[in-house]
Amino acid sequence: MSVLTHPITRRVASAFGTLLGVAVLVFIMLRAIPGDQIIAQFGIETGDMTPAQIAALREYYGLDKSLFAQFFSWIGGLFQGNLGFSARAHLSVSELSANSLPVTIELAVLTIVLSLLIGVPLGMLSASKRDSIRDGFGQLVGLAGLSIPSFLLGSALLGWASAKFSYNPNGKAFVTLLENPWLNIQQMAMPALVLAFGIAAPIMRTTRTAVLEVRSLDFVRTAKAKGVPPRRLQYRHVLGNALVPIVTMTGLQFGYLLGGAIVVEQIFSLPGIGRQVLIGIEQKEYAVVQSTVLVIALGFVLVNLLTDVVYRLIDPRVRAA
Amino acid sequence: MSTGRESWRLLLKSKSGLIGLIITGLIVALIVASVIGVLPYDPITQHAASRMQPPSAAHWFGTDRFGRDIFARVAAGVANSALIAVVAVTFATIVGTAAGLVGGFFRGASDAAISGVTNVLFAFPPLLLALSLASVFTRNWFTIAVAIAVVYIPIFIRVTRGPVLTLREIDFVRAARATGQSRWRIMVAHVLPNITSIIIVQVTLSLSWAVLTEASLSFLGLGTPPPAPSLGSMVYEARTLLTLAPWTMLAPGAVMVLFVVGLNLLGDGVRDALDPQSRGRK
Repeated sequence: MSVLTHPITRRVASAFGTLLGVAVLVFIMLRAIPGDQIIAQFGIETGDMTPAQIAALREYYGLDKSLFAQFFSWIGGLFQGNLGFSARAHLSVSELSANSLPVTIELAVLTIVLSLLIGVPLGMLSASKRDSIRDGFGQLVGLAGLSIPSFLLGSALLGWASAKFSYNPNGKAFVTLLENPWLNIQQMAMPALVLAFGIAAPIMRTTRTAVLEVRSLDFVRTAKAKGVPPRRLQYRHVLGNALVPIVTMTGLQFGYLLGGAIVVEQIFSLPGIGRQVLIGIEQKEYAVVQSTVLVIALGFVLVNLLTDVVYRLIDPRVRAA
Repeated sequence: MSTGRESWRLLLKSKSGLIGLIITGLIVALIVASVIGVLPYDPITQHAASRMQPPSAAHWFGTDRFGRDIFARVAAGVANSALIAVVAVTFATIVGTAAGLVGGFFRGASDAAISGVTNVLFAFPPLLLALSLASVFTRNWFTIAVAIAVVYIPIFIRVTRGPVLTLREIDFVRAARATGQSRWRIMVAHVLPNITSIIIVQVTLSLSWAVLTEASLSFLGLGTPPPAPSLGSMVYEARTLLTLAPWTMLAPGAVMVLFVVGLNLLGDGVRDALDPQSRGRK
């Protein structure tokens, strides 16, 4: 198989195509905002400007050119790392994202670890005896995880902890893992737990389905008949083969977390990338909003691409195809 | 695929389907009560004299810090979020199914274009896409519904396109083509009826997500603008009152979770009833 026709190469190429489409959509959204681009960029400060100043700014930002030309100059800027500038924060969007992205990634990694620790054992427990009480319990936890929104759980947990125990590490200014590891872990613990409760549910359901499906396959019966010890059968044979859908689901959820943690970041005052979008919206800095959305979409596409590659590596059937 | 009556019987027989149907029915009754205005209190009128009262016979869910009756507000909020969810899912179903049908059936350039758009929409985490769209539009219940619909369109495209690809190669469709029927007619008369059960299952499951998305948006201040009550913004406002008046958060929170649980159970039941392959697998 040549490199050019290799499935992974084609997958990477299609990811690039998707990203180009994402850029077009984000550009259209930016231009669809009612009102003037200059107002979108400078907000209420536009009120203090003279018409000549506004015209000069229009020319400076290339807004007097055609939409087509504007799109390409914007894309060109993106490739040079120029994502725009936040007048409020006095920082470029690249600098803002360099600070906020690690916060979100740390939160996402912690959340995924916790969700796997909850979801996989629970799914296996559920599948171990179908339609039994433990299966019912597992399914009930799964249903709760799917039905209780993170903003409700987060608000209730934070309110309860701070009222009952005067415990609110998130009330203090945010510190990074390097600055103060102990405080950082405390600040991350509650939000990660809240998110993990929701994400463990699809992981639990996927694990349950996959384990039930694999267990009904012939090779498992053969292994059982050969006298493979139950524990080894459970982990090596069944779980080993059920891993593919679990990995896919985990990757998908990790991608969602890059943008889906917005609500939890807001509740727990974590300066992550989702909160950067929200602050941008609140302050009407649309350039910040759209560039940050683009950064998140880029991360999402990369994570999905990576999941696909990992999936091909762990599944011999896909590898051979 | 089972027939309509058979599916109903299976839905009522499945435990999750029946419980889901009952819970959803109760919520619908609450919505109807709110819409036709038989509830004793108005959700928006403020009563300074009866602020932050705990639940009582007069105010079943208590009152908020403006003295508004929380039961009336929760009922109006559920009605509002149900309206947005239903409009959003209807819109997503029509557009997504049509696009999935056309792409899967005609293949070629239209399919490539539709798949491209699907991939682009899938490249955004769902809440983020709804949020960015909601921030662009002038906000009212309809634009919020459209923003949520855009998020669910690609799901409906993907869910229909796959089965359509398989169906177009099946003998009865080929036979219809051989008899000289037009391709549009084959698509509508022969292919569409065979994917309705898949679409119905997806609709039920999407409704619960749409309710949660709407609630998350209004919690973040990007939903229906005040003073119209919304479950998400009620939870947001109750955050600072949690110790003083816990019912202000518990009531909208519990009703919202109940609604979503009902829709999720109903979705599971419908799937079990319509799709024999998934029966008992989930």
